[in-house]
Amino acid sequence: MNFMKWRWLYFLISLLVIVPGFISLIIFGLKPAIDFTGGSLLEINFIEITENQELSVASLEESLDEVYELSSIQQSGENRVVLKGKHITNDLKNQALTILTDEYGEIIEERFEAVGPSLGKELLAKTLTGVIIAASLIMIYVWIQFSELKYGVSAILAMFHDSLILLGIFSLLGYFYGIEVDMLFVTALLTTLSFSVHDTIVVYDRIRELRGKYPRYSLVSLVNTAVTETLSRSINNSVTIIIMLAALAALGGDTIRWFAVALLIGAITGTYSSTFTAAPLLLLWEDVADKLRHRRKNKK
Amino acid sequence: MRNKTIRVFLLIALLTTVSLYIALPKKISLNFKLFNQQVEQEIEIPPLDVTILGRRIQKDFELKKGLDIQGGIEVVLRADMGEIADEDRETAIESAREVILRRVDLFGINEPTVTTSKTTNEYRLLVDLPGVSDPNQALQLVGTTAQLDFRLQNPELATAEATSSAIAFFNQFEMTELTGKQLKRALVQFDPQTNEPVIALEFDEEGREIFAAITQENVGEVLAIFLDSYPLAMPRINTPILDGRAVMTGGFDLEGAKQTAIQLNAGALPIPIEIIEQRQLGASLGQEAVEKSVRAGLIGIGLVMVFMIMLYGWKGLIADLALIIYGVLTVAIYKVLGVTLTLPGIAGMLLTIGMAVDANILIFERMKEELRLGKAWKRAMELGFGRAWDSIKDANVATIMTALVLINPLDFNFLNTSGMVRGFGLTLLIGVLISLFTGVVVTRTFMRLFLRDTSYKKNMRSKSK
Repeated sequence: MNFMKWRWLYFLISLLVIVPGFISLIIFGLKPAIDFTGGSLLEINFIEITENQELSVASLEESLDEVYELSSIQQSGENRVVLKGKHITNDLKNQALTILTDEYGEIIEERFEAVGPSLGKELLAKTLTGVIIAASLIMIYVWIQFSELKYGVSAILAMFHDSLILLGIFSLLGYFYGIEVDMLFVTALLTTLSFSVHDTIVVYDRIRELRGKYPRYSLVSLVNTAVTETLSRSINNSVTIIIMLAALAALGGDTIRWFAVALLIGAITGTYSSTFTAAPLLLLWEDVADKLRHRRKNKK
Repeated sequence: MRNKTIRVFLLIALLTTVSLYIALPKKISLNFKLFNQQVEQEIEIPPLDVTILGRRIQKDFELKKGLDIQGGIEVVLRADMGEIADEDRETAIESAREVILRRVDLFGINEPTVTTSKTTNEYRLLVDLPGVSDPNQALQLVGTTAQLDFRLQNPELATAEATSSAIAFFNQFEMTELTGKQLKRALVQFDPQTNEPVIALEFDEEGREIFAAITQENVGEVLAIFLDSYPLAMPRINTPILDGRAVMTGGFDLEGAKQTAIQLNAGALPIPIEIIEQRQLGASLGQEAVEKSVRAGLIGIGLVMVFMIMLYGWKGLIADLALIIYGVLTVAIYKVLGVTLTLPGIAGMLLTIGMAVDANILIFERMKEELRLGKAWKRAMELGFGRAWDSIKDANVATIMTALVLINPLDFNFLNTSGMVRGFGLTLLIGVLISLFTGVVVTRTFMRLFLRDTSYKKNMRSKSK
């Protein structure tokens, strides 16, 4: 099948998905969790609360006014609430707990996290380093394996395509639904890199094999044949990963729900980009290289 | 060829049996209905306890659970090295680590881990206290600076009662003016005559004077050294020491001497520590999350298996069998290597289950192609495995590299050191490696043994029509 005839369409689809997220990234940015900004999180189970007592944002804010500067309050279960706010020490947290006990009866402190502001910045730096190292390793590997720079660069571009989509979607999710980006998101981002390149390599591998078999074929027909031959494998394999991740996202509980969603997005865009970004990029590279060659000839 | 296949098959069967034994929990409760009869039974699997060649091997395998599953407290402390000379910093942080370990051990916390880390400009201590539910007590234990002081034993109070009653024991010691502040450092040395390890103490100017005064007045008495109000050593003063250099002899083996010196240094080089990160979780939340994840995982696995059978029929069934073996091997490896299971780790494991069938899909699709080209079934199968291997290998190398960046095995301080991220990376790595084995070796062996060409007969039949 002549998949590559419509390669501009694939780039257009990618753009349509990337652009809204990218704009959102620039305007709204991501909503960082306390892992990155520093701050605190306190999850409390009000076990003695009576029906006529109201657990509202206003009432909690009022009670804790003196000790704990809150930035958000979320319900996490029946009578269970997650408070988020400025970084507080254990002592201040204890004061806050005492106040809440006085007001609402016995409570259970389910979870408490306090991260100093300096650690947040450090994590950001470490994340970037991790992404750069992983991406460079993969590019060098692909370059060596396929002995042409264009394969390495195209694989990396497809990886950035996937990362941008993931970041963009989480920027939108953060803006509209308050979904935060935490350490696990970073992990998902790095895993997306490997998803992306995993499928890309399968396609490139097929191109390499065909190139050996039919050295006279043009790159376009090689890419076309390779994509046709690997597409069903690509889709079938993604379906199994998507099944697992969708089950986790839907039923896996709050702690890893958004982690699973991030991985899910990564798996889907990783599959798409291998066939519809990484492969056509090879052709684009070739086109551009051809034009440059022509221009040089004409000058002479 | 066939003999070799059977040998590999037996090897796989053996490996799976051993792994199954390791992977299964110690107790399995059965509770189901069979022919209208309620069956309730508990199967107990005996722990490994065998004697091979005169050596007794005893081990029971348990899955280690991370803090986010079993609950507990994780604290990151920053050590303030402002007052400590550059060359003493490594010793100081090591001592601080030792002191915290000693405190949590005395307190009776199971399997605490305390690790040190150095970033570009900071020394840190990472303390994990699994199962601890009272954060206030825990922070008291880890968050205070070590206090070292020297106390003289009052001979009149050193009675029989002092050995039996704790209060009387502590009462027999009287504080002196000498504390860890005046101690410059402690070192392990060797006595030139007996070659036994001894501990050398070096005091500063002020300490030299106080120490000289104490030792002159109390020859023959015990000058005990207390760390955090617990006795660390009880040396007797043999002669007055005027130069501020004392040597403690007797009763140390090398390990003990090293340990004591490290603890003395904690007092000599006290570093103020500050809590910069604290994470605590009650056990119930983690348990709930695990149950949900496992249920989600089982549903996911079930769906993947059905999907494989729908797509590939008998071959799919064999892939599913390989997938089950994959699961058993994975859990067994976690237990043997002592992988700490965290929630992201579980997610990583489930993710690799989705990825584990990838090798099979690659191979089966390749087989279809070869069949389409008119190759005989047997030949197509072998070609499928052979040709798909290149893609499988190349594609998985990329995942392995990413997993290694996440695990950060060389402890680079410019990369992540968070337990959660590492846990995920480790499960990803183990998953990829095992799936290469089950996806390629196991599946191939099973297919060679159990699957015959069924399409051949069908083809003949359709042709004869």
